[in-house]
Amino acid sequence: MIRKDAKLVKNLFAPDLPAVPTRDGYGRGVVLAGKKDPNVVVVCADLTDSTRNTDFKKHFPERFIEIGVQEQLLAAMSAGLALAGKIPFIASYATFCPGRAWEQIRSNLCLNNANVKVMGCHAGVSVGPDGASHQATEDIASLRPIPNIIIVVPCDALESEKATLAVAKIAGPCYVRFAREKTPAFTTSGTPFKIGQASIFRDGRDVCIVACGPLVYNALQAAEELSREKIDVMVINSHTIKPLDEKTILAAAKKCGAIVTVEEHQITGGLGGAVAEYLAKVCPTPMEFIGVPNRFGESGEPNELIAALGMDVKSIKQAIKKVLKKK
Amino acid sequence: MHLHEKKIKELELVANRLRQHVIAMVEAAGSGHQGGSLGMADIFTVLYFHELHHQPKNPNWPERDRVILSNGHICPIQYAAMAEAGYFPVKELLTLRKFHSRLQGHPERSKLPGLEVSSGPLGAGLAQGAGMAYAAKMDQKTWRTYCLTSDAQQACGLNWEAAMFAGKNRLDNLVCIIDRNNIQISGDTEDVMPLEPLREKYEAFNWHVLECNGNDISEVWEALEEAKTIHQIPVCIIAHTIPGRGVSYMENDYRWHSQPFKPGEAEDALHELKTLERRLKAEHT
Repeated sequence: MIRKDAKLVKNLFAPDLPAVPTRDGYGRGVVLAGKKDPNVVVVCADLTDSTRNTDFKKHFPERFIEIGVQEQLLAAMSAGLALAGKIPFIASYATFCPGRAWEQIRSNLCLNNANVKVMGCHAGVSVGPDGASHQATEDIASLRPIPNIIIVVPCDALESEKATLAVAKIAGPCYVRFAREKTPAFTTSGTPFKIGQASIFRDGRDVCIVACGPLVYNALQAAEELSREKIDVMVINSHTIKPLDEKTILAAAKKCGAIVTVEEHQITGGLGGAVAEYLAKVCPTPMEFIGVPNRFGESGEPNELIAALGMDVKSIKQAIKKVLKKK
Repeated sequence: MHLHEKKIKELELVANRLRQHVIAMVEAAGSGHQGGSLGMADIFTVLYFHELHHQPKNPNWPERDRVILSNGHICPIQYAAMAEAGYFPVKELLTLRKFHSRLQGHPERSKLPGLEVSSGPLGAGLAQGAGMAYAAKMDQKTWRTYCLTSDAQQACGLNWEAAMFAGKNRLDNLVCIIDRNNIQISGDTEDVMPLEPLREKYEAFNWHVLECNGNDISEVWEALEEAKTIHQIPVCIIAHTIPGRGVSYMENDYRWHSQPFKPGEAEDALHELKTLERRLKAEHT
């Protein structure tokens, strides 16, 4: 059942649960971070509004830097800002940054251990109608092998705000991933959030779902529905993908004996890969992987795409039943 | 205003010493980039022994001028200049490229105090320098940023993104020095990917462009002085240099971008440089 200490909203499965884009939480968080630290600056590559930096620009025009459509510069120039004492939040669509700026993130941010925060917006397939060119489903995999970087995927708008404030306080490169569309706002101010520490949202003993991003809500729905079939599912919100909370995941693997990972990202190299790499080493555990199955997305409504690519509640339930047979 | 004759002679001797270090370092390492290092020795000499506001014993001094070596592969000359300037012991130079050395094959900021950025991947230095210069403007600091680049990396798209950014933001505290030696790994720059008209390119990006003989201490110094008088616009100095300068068998031969010395070659190079050193010392006294 849902853990009390997760402090999720009371009406968790109400049809009228408010929905807010995670990027909105970033927009609020970066203004708060800017108020707390005068070194926080925002750099935008011609996507100020859609990356939710309009409020920051309004509050701190002298700390807002517009560079036009130049994503390599976005990363490389911001490394220079950081090495001179600033804390740049750099924002674009995740397909373009980290996508286009990968080598600058590796060589200029991470090798320099520069204090730059990469904000990847419009990630996942739920960008919807824009189509495959704008649907970043490889961003986490592209960054995971790079030393020094921290990778966070918040599950809703409020957690996005918390993540934004948290990364502002970390000295070093961080990547935070946001979605474009409205998704359920199901955490509260009391929901625990600490970088590197996964949150157990639901207790269970048969299977454990390790999820990140807005699909954590789908995981909770799947667990709720399966409880009616007497399948007891644990749900972990593994918002930090790097460094992975190995302790929590190992304990869950030992307790449940089966894992399903859930993420709106290619199955290859994302959260599922991180969990599998770890468990293969210390506690080989039967696993199933929910994510994008080695294909590009396409235009469509977010819910259509999530279902077509096998990331909806039904698909998660099927994966759970499948993994149970492997126990 | 001209540099005092005596000072020029002093700096010429320093440059000669740095060139000797480069040969000894690359010989000891068994690999490295001699051509560009020798060509840029005079510019590094003027920077580290005359121009820069810096404190070698206090490399993190907040008010220091920043030097970014975008073409990080010519780090032997930067290491030589830093050692002679007092950043670290001269004897450490012979550890270049060796396991556990602070003198990595390409500069690495976390290893050696005094390096502003890790560099080597071409085309990214000007962008990082522009970021530093922008931060200095935000904080109303007077320190300046000097970004040294090769000519070949002018082919990189990121370099021009940075040029556009610096032009837009009128970063007159940023100086880009281009080592215009006309060679790159694969041959002549104008054959590999023509860069000309280079001056007009920077002017079109709203930069003020100066040109000098990069192997003439006096001309380099004058160009750096003039750069400080330019306001509201970033300055690019196209420094015409001779790759391999000071070692006659290397000069203008693109193969010496980097190739290991064959037996006797390093000795020949050192012999030629030491001969020049004796002559300079004789003229100096």
